Amino acid sequence: MSNQQKHWEKTRGLLFITLAIWFVFSIGIFLFGAEMNEVTGPFGYPWTYWFTCQGSLGAFVILIFWFANRQEKIDEEFGFSEREDE
Amino acid sequence: MKGNFIDNLPKIYGIYTGGFVGFIIIMAIAEQMGMTAKTIGIAFVAFTVFIYALIGYLSRTAQADAYYVAGRQVPTVFNGMATAADWMSGASFVAMAGGIYFKGYGYMALLVGWTGGYVLVASLLAPYLRKFGCYTVPDFIGTRYGGNLARFSAVVVLTVASFTYVTAQINATGTIASVALDIPFQYAVYVGLISILLCSMLGGMRGVTWTQVAQYIVLIIAYLLPVFWISNKMGAGFFPHFMLADEVARIGELEQQFGFVKNAAADLKTVPKGLAGITKAHSAVNATPWAFISLALAMMMGTASLPHVMMRYFTTPSVKAARKSVGWSLFFIFLLYSSAPMLATLSKLSLIDPNLPTGIIGKTFAEVEAIDWYQNWNQANLMFISDFNGNGTLELNEFFMGGKAVVLATPEIAGLPYVISGLVAAGGMAAAMSTADGLILAIANAISHDVYYKIIDPKAETAKRLLVARVLLVIIGFAGATIAAMEIQGILGSVIWAFDFAMSGLFFPLVLGVWWKRANRQGAIAGMLGGLVAGAWYLVWVRTGGSGFLGITQLTFGIFGSAVSLVLMVVVSLMTAEPDKATQKMVDDVRVPSGKSILGKSH
Repeated sequence: MSNQQKHWEKTRGLLFITLAIWFVFSIGIFLFGAEMNEVTGPFGYPWTYWFTCQGSLGAFVILIFWFANRQEKIDEEFGFSEREDE
Repeated sequence: MKGNFIDNLPKIYGIYTGGFVGFIIIMAIAEQMGMTAKTIGIAFVAFTVFIYALIGYLSRTAQADAYYVAGRQVPTVFNGMATAADWMSGASFVAMAGGIYFKGYGYMALLVGWTGGYVLVASLLAPYLRKFGCYTVPDFIGTRYGGNLARFSAVVVLTVASFTYVTAQINATGTIASVALDIPFQYAVYVGLISILLCSMLGGMRGVTWTQVAQYIVLIIAYLLPVFWISNKMGAGFFPHFMLADEVARIGELEQQFGFVKNAAADLKTVPKGLAGITKAHSAVNATPWAFISLALAMMMGTASLPHVMMRYFTTPSVKAARKSVGWSLFFIFLLYSSAPMLATLSKLSLIDPNLPTGIIGKTFAEVEAIDWYQNWNQANLMFISDFNGNGTLELNEFFMGGKAVVLATPEIAGLPYVISGLVAAGGMAAAMSTADGLILAIANAISHDVYYKIIDPKAETAKRLLVARVLLVIIGFAGATIAAMEIQGILGSVIWAFDFAMSGLFFPLVLGVWWKRANRQGAIAGMLGGLVAGAWYLVWVRTGGSGFLGITQLTFGIFGSAVSLVLMVVVSLMTAEPDKATQKMVDDVRVPSGKSILGKSH
């Protein structure tokens, strides 16, 4: 397998992990919205309510920065990162 | 000189922010000295619009690269701010807190959808389209799949989605300009339009970028300052986001105590159009999982297909910067979106809690009608009370309000000085203008670059191309304003439709263009046109009394459209020949960040 194929394989792996986490915070937890809202969550808000106000939103912000860092590492590993002067 | 400007950005915008804060303080002092509310409103809107126009003038350019992609040198964080302003429209600013106030959990799917979509943007599309080096989204489609028909189909989808969106934004600028400047709506729409064009016409994407950063700073101050101030004034907590749990619980208690009494249809007929009562629980789960998830999903896929957002990531210096920039965009959006539910909570509690001095439920009608702010907002057609049961006291089901009032009236109800209301008007204007600018530019650029330059006259000189682009900008702006002046649709409904149109036609052709090498021209064209037609058909069918299926409503018709698009694209691609070697090589090159972009620097 060529260097480029390996790079793409790893990139795709990272995509699947990212989308899995995205799925949990955007869809997964809301499958159980009614049940989860009975429980008190962060700062005293009901759990589901908190997720829709802040939790999921914040998780997405963190997820994107995490994804960007991981992807940069993958690019460096295979020598595909951009030169600064480009 | 150029590099100098970029290096000095933090300083320039730092001074700008300081200057704006200084302006707020001067206005506050002027208010104490007796300046009228009307003058303050005019000063806020006129001053900020003047600054944007000045930035637009200073950013004028005669180069294609600067006009279409701001010279590809916008730093990560600033591009994040510009995207956030581009993204957060009049709807986000004025209508969102109101939607949460009235509809609660079911509506909050929009918060999740309008943020979660950025994960898709960052991981599936933005870095790859940046590597491609295109000027517009149809530029990518046209080059990746080849052929004028594919390019043209993308322009069609882009125009349908963005035009649906832009009329709502021009409508919003008109509404704010008409209130703040006290002129009739029909003229105010054109005042709004001219302000919008001043930002974009001379400098194209470069002008829009630097005005959007300035607009973000105004809109975020205008949104957060009142939320924090009201929360502190009510004693609800100095940092509302972490401290409103008691208030949320208290609203739940009051809802129990009052109950949601259903009004008779005849009574409801007497309520002015556009006003609503509180009929849904504030924090309880009031929607089925599918209703919530389908709306969130439609908004997320729509986010990743809307060209005016995608093209912001064409302006970063590198692929790496494009990825990071998506993160910053969402961070800046998060600041406002996470505050909207807090504002809705504060607004609702201050109105309905009889223990608070501002609470009106349980008071007599004579008492409520004597309140100054009630009279003002009743006159503005945003508040209404009516004694349906004739007992002389105001009940929860007898109080009606317009969605905009949550943002516009809450500062006044809480007793904040008028300078805050002026600030909020400037913020709403900034939000609507910045989005309208991005949208009009997206449409005009697609038509000037993809239809005029790439299809009609590939030999056109730069000067002529940019002239065509500017003429189109004005034509599209006026077309949008003319439709906006007719006031045929509500702000929020048409915004949601724009997302559905975009995802119906563009989501899979864009994503599969990068992630599926086998996708070919025939498949992409079938996917774009088939998806758009299927989505539009579903919308018309449901609107004309059709029952729909799988719980897909007129707000989520994109789910049906994009499913059709996916199936058509895969089936047609597999039935026809695979893309040639050169195209496959191009896809391979897009997938690695290093090396030259696919399209040349000036194409």
